[in-house]
Amino acid sequence: MEILPNLSRRDFIKTSALVAGGLVIAFVVPGVRRFALAAPPAANKLPAPNAFLRVGNDGVITVLLAHSEMGQGVWTALPMLIAEELDADWSKIKVEHAPASTLYAHTAYGMQMTGGSSSTWSEFDRYRQIGALARTLLVQAAAQRFGVDAAACRTENGKVIAGAQHASYGELAELAATLPVPENVTLKNPKDWKIIGKPTKRLDTPEKITGRAQFGIDVQFPGLLTAVVARAPVFGAKVKAFDARKANLVPGVVNVVQVPSGVAVIAEHFWAAKLGRDALQIEWEQPANAPVDSVTLREQYHKLAETPGTAAAQTGDAISALKTASKILDVEYAVPYLAHAPMEPLNCTVRVSTDKCEIWTGTQFQGMDQQIAAQLTGFKPEQVEIHTTFLGGGFGRRANPAADFVTEAVQVAQAAKAAVKTVWSREDDIHGGYYRPAYLHRARIRMGANGKPVAWHHTIVGQSIVAGTVLEGMLVKNGIDATSVEGVADSPYIKSVADHRVDLHSPKNSVPVLWWRSVGHSHTAFVMETLIDELAHVAGKDPVAYRRDFLKKHPRHLGVLNLVAKKSGWGTSLPAGRARGVAVHESFGSFVAEVAEVSVEKGQIRVHRVVCAIDCGVAVNPETIVAQMESGIAFGLSAGLFSALHFKDGRVQEANFNDYRVLRLNEMPKVEVHIVASSAKSGGVGEVGVPPIAPAVANAVAALTGKRLRELPLTLPS
Amino acid sequence: MVSLLVNGKKKDVTLDPSTPLLWVLRDHLGLIGTKFGCGIAQCGACTVHVDGVARRSCVTPVSEVADKSITTIEGLSADGSHPVQRAWAELDVVQCGYCQSGQIMSAAALLAATPNPSDADIDTALNGNICRCGTYQRVRAAVHRAAKLNKVD
Repeated sequence: MEILPNLSRRDFIKTSALVAGGLVIAFVVPGVRRFALAAPPAANKLPAPNAFLRVGNDGVITVLLAHSEMGQGVWTALPMLIAEELDADWSKIKVEHAPASTLYAHTAYGMQMTGGSSSTWSEFDRYRQIGALARTLLVQAAAQRFGVDAAACRTENGKVIAGAQHASYGELAELAATLPVPENVTLKNPKDWKIIGKPTKRLDTPEKITGRAQFGIDVQFPGLLTAVVARAPVFGAKVKAFDARKANLVPGVVNVVQVPSGVAVIAEHFWAAKLGRDALQIEWEQPANAPVDSVTLREQYHKLAETPGTAAAQTGDAISALKTASKILDVEYAVPYLAHAPMEPLNCTVRVSTDKCEIWTGTQFQGMDQQIAAQLTGFKPEQVEIHTTFLGGGFGRRANPAADFVTEAVQVAQAAKAAVKTVWSREDDIHGGYYRPAYLHRARIRMGANGKPVAWHHTIVGQSIVAGTVLEGMLVKNGIDATSVEGVADSPYIKSVADHRVDLHSPKNSVPVLWWRSVGHSHTAFVMETLIDELAHVAGKDPVAYRRDFLKKHPRHLGVLNLVAKKSGWGTSLPAGRARGVAVHESFGSFVAEVAEVSVEKGQIRVHRVVCAIDCGVAVNPETIVAQMESGIAFGLSAGLFSALHFKDGRVQEANFNDYRVLRLNEMPKVEVHIVASSAKSGGVGEVGVPPIAPAVANAVAALTGKRLRELPLTLPS
Repeated sequence: MVSLLVNGKKKDVTLDPSTPLLWVLRDHLGLIGTKFGCGIAQCGACTVHVDGVARRSCVTPVSEVADKSITTIEGLSADGSHPVQRAWAELDVVQCGYCQSGQIMSAAALLAATPNPSDADIDTALNGNICRCGTYQRVRAAVHRAAKLNKVD
C-alpha cells in the first residue's frame, strides 16, 4: 500500500457539495490556490467543471481529462486509473475534456498540455489519487449511513458493501460531498489491480463510428461565421495592398479584413469564404531574407557539417583519432521538412464578448493558447474559456508555443467583430509551416580490430524547434537544443566509443518549425540504427548479435531486441526476394524494437510485415498500446517511404495529399505487437513506435539489395 | 433552389448549384459527420453514398445529385447498429476518428456490392481513404468481420 505524502496537506484538496451534481473533487494546485478559490461552484446550479471527477446522484462518474484526446487513447486510459482506485462500475464512466485552467497543469511540465508521450505517466499518480480519494469519501458516507465502522466496508463495481447492507455510489454522492477531506489516501497494491493492465476498448468509439463526435471543425451555433485566410505565399511576406471588391461580390461573403497573417474572408459558410478568397487580389511585400530553396539549403547544411559545431557530447578526442586513421566510414544522411498533415485541417472558433473570450478548438496546448489569447484580448487568462473538442489528429502540430492557429482566429474574430470559425484548407495546412525541420547528419567512424567503432565524430545540422520560442530557456542548454540531438548524444552505441564527439549546428531561416511525432527521434533513430547496421555489415556480424554486444548494460533495449528477434523469426529463411531489417530505439521513457520484412517490386520498396516489441513499463491499457504501435509504424512509414516538402523560390512545392504522399491502406504491412511485461515506471506510447520503422525498413533494403539508403523518404536509385 | 433526398428526407436548399455536396451537408443541413480532409478527392473523409455508391462529396457539385438518394454517416443506421459499425466497435478500429465516417461509408458501399470481399477488393475500395493514425490494419480486419456479421443478420 502506498501512502501519498502530498495528500497530507488538507488545503491540497477541496470538495464541494453540490445540489444537483453530487460529489466533486478538485485538486487545488499549490501556488494557484487563490485562483481556484476565487471561482467556487455556484450553489443551485451545476458547477464550472473545475474538477477531475464528478459522482452524480445517478451514479454516473464523469472524468475530466487534463489531456486532449487526439487518437492516442487518453479518453480511456486516464479514466481507467480513476476507476481502478474508485472500484467504479466501468459502464457508468463518462468522459469530458477539462476546460483550460491552471488546475489542470501538467504534473511534470507545469502547463496544461498534451505532448511528449507523457499523458499516462504524468497522470499515473494524480488520477489514481483522485479515484482513491473519492472512494474514501464514499466509504465514509456509507459507514455513517449503515452505522458501521468504515473498516467494515468494502467497495465493488460502483457500490459500498458492509455485510448485508449496500449502497450505490450515486446514492452516497451527496452525503460524501459534505464530509471532511481525508488527510491521506492509500493506493492499491499493483497485484490487486483489476482495470490497470486489462486490454480495454475505447470509450470514444460510439460517437466516432456514428459521426456524432465533435471536432473543432464541427462547432456550430447561431450567428457563427466562417473565415478562410489568404496567407503569405512565402514565409515572412507581408500584405502590401489588397483588393477585395470581387471577393465582396461572392454571395455569402460578409466581410473581408486584414489580419497580421494575411487577409481573411468571412462568410456565412466555408464555400463562400473559399470562393471569396479565390477572388482576392493581394500584393505581397517580399521579405528581405533570401527565399528558401531546398537545393541551396542542402548545400549549405553539407558545408556546415564540415565545420565544428557546438559539442553536445564528448569523450576523448574523436577529431584527432580520426585524423590519423587510414580507413574511416564517412557518410552523410538527410531528412526533409515534413508537414504533420492531421486529417482534420486546423481550425479554431472564437467569440469575443465584453467580459470573456470563448475558444473552441482541438488543441494540445491549452495553457499556452489561453495565455496568448489573454494577451491579445486584454482579458485575464481565466476570462479566456477554452472548449477542447476532439482533435482530428495532432502529431505535435496542435501544440504550438506560438499558438499560430489560435492567435490568428482571435485576430480574425476581433477584426470582424463577430463570432468566427477560421478554417484552414489542406493546401493551407501543407503550406502553413511549423514543419519537422530538415536535418543533415555526417558521421565519421573508425573501426577497431575487434570490429567495433573506436572513434566516432557525429555532426548534426538543422533548425532548432524551440529557438525564439518561450521554451528556448527551458530546452536549450549551453547552445544545444536537446530535441535536435536526442537519440544521438545519448546513444548507447556512441557512448561506448572511447573517442566520440557529437556536434550540433542550428542554422536559422524563415521556415517555421515545430515538433513532429517523436521529435528528434524521427531522424536520429534513422541515422543511428542504419549506421549500426552498416557497422555490423562491415564487421561481418549478424545485425542483432552485433547490437547485443553494445547493449549488455542496457537490459530494456536488450529485452525488446531479443523479443522481436524471437517473434519475427530472425535468422530463419524467407522466400526469395524478401529480407528482414531490425532497429531498436529508446524514446520518451520506452524501448521499442521493430523488424521489417520487405521486398522490392518494380523499383518500389514494399513492406509486408512488421513485428514490434515494446517495453513501456507498466502497461495501463494494452489495447491502446498495440493500437499506438500500429499507428506509429504507419506514421513512420509515411515519412520513411513517401513524404517530403521541397522549397523553390521560398515556396513549398507540395500542396495536398496528391503530392504530399502518405501511407495508404494497400501499403500497410501486417503488424504484430508484443508487450514486455514490466513493473517499471510507465513510459510514453504515442510516439515511440515511429522512430524504429524507417531504419528497420532501410536495413532490410540493404540486406536485400546491398544498397545503403541514407535519405528519407527511402528511394532506390532507378 | 436544389431539392435533395438526404437520409430519406427531402431537403430544399437555396444556393449556388456548383457548391460541393460536402459543404451543403455540413454548413446548410448541419450533417457534420461527413468530413472535410482535402477538397480534391484524395483522402476520402467526405465519402457519402449516392444511390448506394460511394462518392467523394467534396468534389460533387450539389446540382449533380439533385433528386438522387444521398446517405451520410448519420443515415447509415439510427443507432450505430450497421454491421460495419458493429465490426468497427468490436475491433476497436478508431483512433482520432476524423476519417472514420469516410472509412465506414466506403466499407459499407463495398459490402453492399461485394458481400465477400477479398483483401484486393478492400484495397481497391478503401485505398482512397487516408487515415493518418494508421488504423488500416484494423479497417481491413473490420471489413472482413462486417462481411461475416452481414451474413448472420
